[in-house]
Amino acid sequence: MAAIKIHEENDQNVKSIAADIKPKNKILFKITKFNPHVDTHMKYVDYDVEYEHWNTVLDALLMIKHKVDPSLALRYSCRQASCGSCGMMINDKPSLACFTKINELGSDVVKIEPMSNFPILRDLAVDFTQMFNTHKKLKPYIIRSDSEISQSNEIKEFSQDPDSVEKYIQFANCIKCGLCNSACPTMATDSSFMGPQALTQAYRYVSDDRDKGKNTRLKIIDERHGIWRCHFAGSCSKVCPKGVDPAMGIQFLRSYLLGFRD
Amino acid sequence: MNKQHNNRIGIKAWLNPWRYGIERFAYWLMRITGVGLLVYFIMHIYETSSILDGKEIWNKMLDLTQTPEGHLILVLVIGMSTFHTINGIRIMLGHGGIGVGKASRPDYPYAPKSQNMKNKLCIYASIGLAALAMLYSVEVMFGE
Repeated sequence: MAAIKIHEENDQNVKSIAADIKPKNKILFKITKFNPHVDTHMKYVDYDVEYEHWNTVLDALLMIKHKVDPSLALRYSCRQASCGSCGMMINDKPSLACFTKINELGSDVVKIEPMSNFPILRDLAVDFTQMFNTHKKLKPYIIRSDSEISQSNEIKEFSQDPDSVEKYIQFANCIKCGLCNSACPTMATDSSFMGPQALTQAYRYVSDDRDKGKNTRLKIIDERHGIWRCHFAGSCSKVCPKGVDPAMGIQFLRSYLLGFRD
Repeated sequence: MNKQHNNRIGIKAWLNPWRYGIERFAYWLMRITGVGLLVYFIMHIYETSSILDGKEIWNKMLDLTQTPEGHLILVLVIGMSTFHTINGIRIMLGHGGIGVGKASRPDYPYAPKSQNMKNKLCIYASIGLAALAMLYSVEVMFGE
């Protein structure tokens, strides 16, 4: 990352910041700016960014924030696709900014918008409250009457063989980034739909043979805005950065309700 | 909360089939053909119910369908119903967890197993067979 220029809407106040590294490539970032408490409409602000081939979209956004526009709001943390914080629309597709290299986009313009289907807090930061509440509603933990810790403080382990782990480990990779909910066409129209993230996590625990809460969870998802609103468009799996494949989990979960499995 | 703050794409999400691969295109086609067939069924019920108004009105209604425009609508209906049926079977099997792959530890680069080659081939077959059915119906209705 070497230099950044900002063009406000009327090209006034053009700023340029040069760094030490010789610039390699140049690209235009069009970034959504929107404060719901002040603004009535979203606007795009253009930033010319010079970048190296190893830079990610998050690198560029942080450079813009630190050097040009400190008011740019975005959420990020780990920078290695582990925390699920930096989800946003990158060239119209929900992606993690830290997991998307600029030169792999194959475009001269990078359009950055807040993740769709989530309320906007400000600029690129969106509100996950509904997603987390739905996730919680589906009881994302092992349900059983006994415990690993007994009253006499003896600790026993719920043992599990490797084959049993294979049945759910894929779904346990979820980092709650919300990209699946953003790509889902049902989430786009049904504000009460549970969404692929929560439904997949329900299956993660249903498929865990230590868990005894299958019927409880199936009862929760068997409702109007529950699993039946999934139409298997598969976009959730397409955008998942961790290989969770929510579409697979949801179909497996539904197969219990349809009587295809016990 | 205003619409922009809420940031839901709305119906536009259904109408854009290009961003997420052939599966999303199939979803789009399934929606379009579903709505098209619903409109056809309503028209069909209206058409056939005209028999209650007597032979003369029934014959007039039949004449309406024996026009090039009427034939074109029927060609579209045949294509829509062929695609909707075959793709519908794929989706119903998928809903039962059939043909969506087997859960296992994912390896990078992650390719969703639920969108495996079997599913893709089924989608291409649905589109291909719908096109063939339409070609055949064109031959039957517009041929000599």
